[in-house]
Amino acid sequence: MFEILSKSEMAAGTIIRFDIKAPKIAKKIKPGQFIILRTSETGERIPITVADVDNLGETIAIIFQVVGKTTALLRSLNVGDFIKDVVGPLGKPAVIENLGTVVVVGGGTGIAILHHITKALKKSGNKIIGIIGAREKDMLILEDEMRLLCDELVVTTDDGSYGKKGFVTDPLKRYISDDDSIKEVYTIGPIIMMKNVCKITEKKKIKTMVSLNPVMVDGTGMCGCCRVSIDNETKFCCVDGPDFEGHKVDFEELEKRNAMYLKDEKESLLFSVK
Amino acid sequence: MSKQDNKNPKVKIPRQKMPEQDATLRILNFMEVPYGFTSELAVLEAERCIQCKKPKCVDGCPVNIDIPEFIKLISEEKFDEAAKKVKERNILPAVCGRVCPQEDQCEELCILSVKDEPVAIGNLERFVADYERKMGLVKAPIISKKRNQKIAVVGSGPGGLTCAGDLIQLGYAVTIFEALHQAGGVLVYGIPEFRLPKAIVNFEIEYLQKLGCKIELNHIIGNLYTVDELLEDFNSVYIGVGAGLPRFMNITGENLCNVYSANEYLTRINLMKAYKFPEYDTPMPHGNRVAVIGGGNVAMDCARNALRTGAREVTIVYRRSRKEMPARNEEIHHAEQEGINFKLLTNPVKYIGDKSNWVKGMECIQMELGEPDESGRRRPVPIEGSNFVYDCDLAIVAIGNGPNPIIFHTTPDLKLNKWDNIDVNPETMETSKEFVYAGGDIVTGASTVIEAMGAGRIAANSIHKKLSK
Ligand SMILES: Cc1cc2nc3c(=O)[nH]c(=O)nc-3n(C[C@H](O)[C@H](O)[C@H](O)COP(=O)(O)OP(=O)(O)OC[C@H]3O[C@@H](n4cnc5c(N)ncnc54)[C@H](O)[C@@H]3O)c2cc1C
Ligand SMILES: Cc1cc2nc3c(=O)[nH]c(=O)nc-3n(C[C@H](O)[C@H](O)[C@H](O)COP(=O)(O)OP(=O)(O)OC[C@H]3O[C@@H](n4cnc5c(N)ncnc54)[C@H](O)[C@@H]3O)c2cc1C
Ligand code: SF4
Ligand code: SF4
Ligand code: FES
Repeated sequence: MFEILSKSEMAAGTIIRFDIKAPKIAKKIKPGQFIILRTSETGERIPITVADVDNLGETIAIIFQVVGKTTALLRSLNVGDFIKDVVGPLGKPAVIENLGTVVVVGGGTGIAILHHITKALKKSGNKIIGIIGAREKDMLILEDEMRLLCDELVVTTDDGSYGKKGFVTDPLKRYISDDDSIKEVYTIGPIIMMKNVCKITEKKKIKTMVSLNPVMVDGTGMCGCCRVSIDNETKFCCVDGPDFEGHKVDFEELEKRNAMYLKDEKESLLFSVK
Repeated sequence: MSKQDNKNPKVKIPRQKMPEQDATLRILNFMEVPYGFTSELAVLEAERCIQCKKPKCVDGCPVNIDIPEFIKLISEEKFDEAAKKVKERNILPAVCGRVCPQEDQCEELCILSVKDEPVAIGNLERFVADYERKMGLVKAPIISKKRNQKIAVVGSGPGGLTCAGDLIQLGYAVTIFEALHQAGGVLVYGIPEFRLPKAIVNFEIEYLQKLGCKIELNHIIGNLYTVDELLEDFNSVYIGVGAGLPRFMNITGENLCNVYSANEYLTRINLMKAYKFPEYDTPMPHGNRVAVIGGGNVAMDCARNALRTGAREVTIVYRRSRKEMPARNEEIHHAEQEGINFKLLTNPVKYIGDKSNWVKGMECIQMELGEPDESGRRRPVPIEGSNFVYDCDLAIVAIGNGPNPIIFHTTPDLKLNKWDNIDVNPETMETSKEFVYAGGDIVTGASTVIEAMGAGRIAANSIHKKLSK
């Protein structure tokens, strides 16, 4: 059992942060790695990236968006409540090197994961250009934290309610056409966003890392549920990833596989409301 | 047949059949298929054993249970003592009685099988274990000598449980580390409820805990702690992480929606209880026409699960002939009874998807048997031009498992063999790392419950020998 030590709402009731007491995991986990949790005996196992750890190595932070039954259940938990199962660290850590100039591009809840990686990139001495976006102003998270880490930061919203109107790909296009020193792009967010970022960087052959989010069950390489096609080769995201070179990823396949359970997910949510 | 008749050696007692759920009913539920022997049936069956002086059956059992002795106790109606006799050698008799491939082990060598059917050793073993459990006769032994040495067991499959059980009874402090949220390994995530009720596995695990064994769930060794880190805290480590890496055929369309590995399919149903969706949250894979690729126990389990979760037609697609199928006879028999089709000498070459990327069929090729391969079985060879399309809307790939490499990533000095399994000294189960032992599927490749238990026992003995020196 894992105790929730603090809870905060990061965006209009749909993005929540928990700090969870998990000293063993906190001491081991590295940026880019994730945990799998289960809220109850009847619950599903869902993967969530660790967004931060405290300095003492006692707690892990997770930031999640409420999208369905399990995340809604999580939201209903409060400080002092327990999460039944938490297992980790899972996946490979992000590869952090001093490359010079790196662009980090985040969208939606993806910014939470990106923030942890950005922190590590900064620490190893990179110059960082940040581009973060959300659907609307109220959905934007971690702006101040990202501003502290990035040498430059651009914010976009789809509806123009804050920052520049449009998608994160617009400023990205500008940056890579102006600045030849950009060595790498790191992008985390909705699949469609990562796919479009990759399309842009591919033209200039800038290495682009993405963090994939297929459906998972065990998270230990045992079931193959999380398989993704990388350069036409099947990889298990939970052990070979979650980070991959974006230009090699079959995003269409991932999109379709992630939609496999849409009908069940609706049914599950309706059942829990009943 | 009355008991009196049995005393008359001229009246031959036939092998007793276990009563079981009718096939038309059982495909509608997840309850266990065979009901088990009644006391009367057990005694009758026990009386068939001729109490060989040099019992061959014992050689066929990987843990050498004293088979004639426990069967004699049954015929004397001393069921409790019979159970204790079995448990001297096998800590999971209720499990083995149900899932051992007896026809290739103890029963294969039973002397009666020369002229008649062998004694139903497995069924009798199951009977005494069930009797002991149901009557509340299981007692935790008193462990006389406590030692202060600590052992870490990685993986809670049958091998790990056996190793832990033996060592705890020798007085060691044992902690089992399990990656999943439930202990039991394949017994809980793979083998279905209707073949091995989970309550039985849980009972055995609780028994170990009563003996003082600590079980740390959600601990993935390799990531959370490395083996070297375990060695800082523990005097010895046993690695029993199983063969948990699903193989695929690497053919076109294998990542289409509704193409599953057997592991995922079974894990969803068994471990996550998806068959109770939406009461349980994990979605259940559905199909009307289901194809299961493979011919082992795993394939039979998938097929029979599919039938119980609403499939209209289920077909096993296997590349060799019936004779080469590695599944237990009983499983094949039960599958046939339940109406599962067999497409033998057939192999898929690609999956065909519809517009939204869901599988709608499978292109197959017909096979014929050629020369024997290394396994001694005749090698299947494709027949040129025999391709045809088989329509299916759910496909389950059950062609075997390899070793899961998580633990190797952070333990580079663990020597592997040419199949990437852990290399051990087969006499002691010692690995290339001092104080580190391994056994079960991670050493042999996918094998059997009882083989894993045998390995766990050898390792426990070696660990004891080394640490008590
Ligand atoms: C490596 C990884 C890291 C992730 N990190 C985060 C994070 O930091 N913050 C965050 O908000 N989300 C994260 N996700 C996504 C998160 O796991 C899903 O949002 C969550 O599982 C939804 O569950 P639900 O029951 O609330 O919704 P559901 O209604 O069940 O599903 C909504 C959508 O979530 C996805 N999903 C459903 N079940 C699973 C599952 N078992 N595994 C993976 N995806 C699933 C599907 O695409 C589905 O369409 C991550 C996913 C992966 C694979
Ligand atoms: C569907 C199916 C049906 C079968 N039917 C039969 C049958 O009828 N009869 C029979 O004799 N055999 C059968 N088998 C084979 C038998 O189950 C296995 O041979 C046996 O379970 C192997 O035991 P094990 O102890 O080696 O490990 P496993 O049972 O594989 O257990 C290994 C455990 O280790 C855990 N683990 C893995 N990695 C780590 C890690 N890094 N850290 C911590 N824990 C870890 C796993 O989660 C798992 O719980 C079947 C197998 C399957 C899959
Ligand atoms: S453990 Fe298996 S092989 Fe040994 S006697 Fe029992 S059923 Fe036979
Ligand atoms: S070989 Fe058969 S008949 Fe002989 S002791 Fe064993 S079970 Fe009995
Ligand atoms: S989630 Fe099961 S193998 Fe990755």
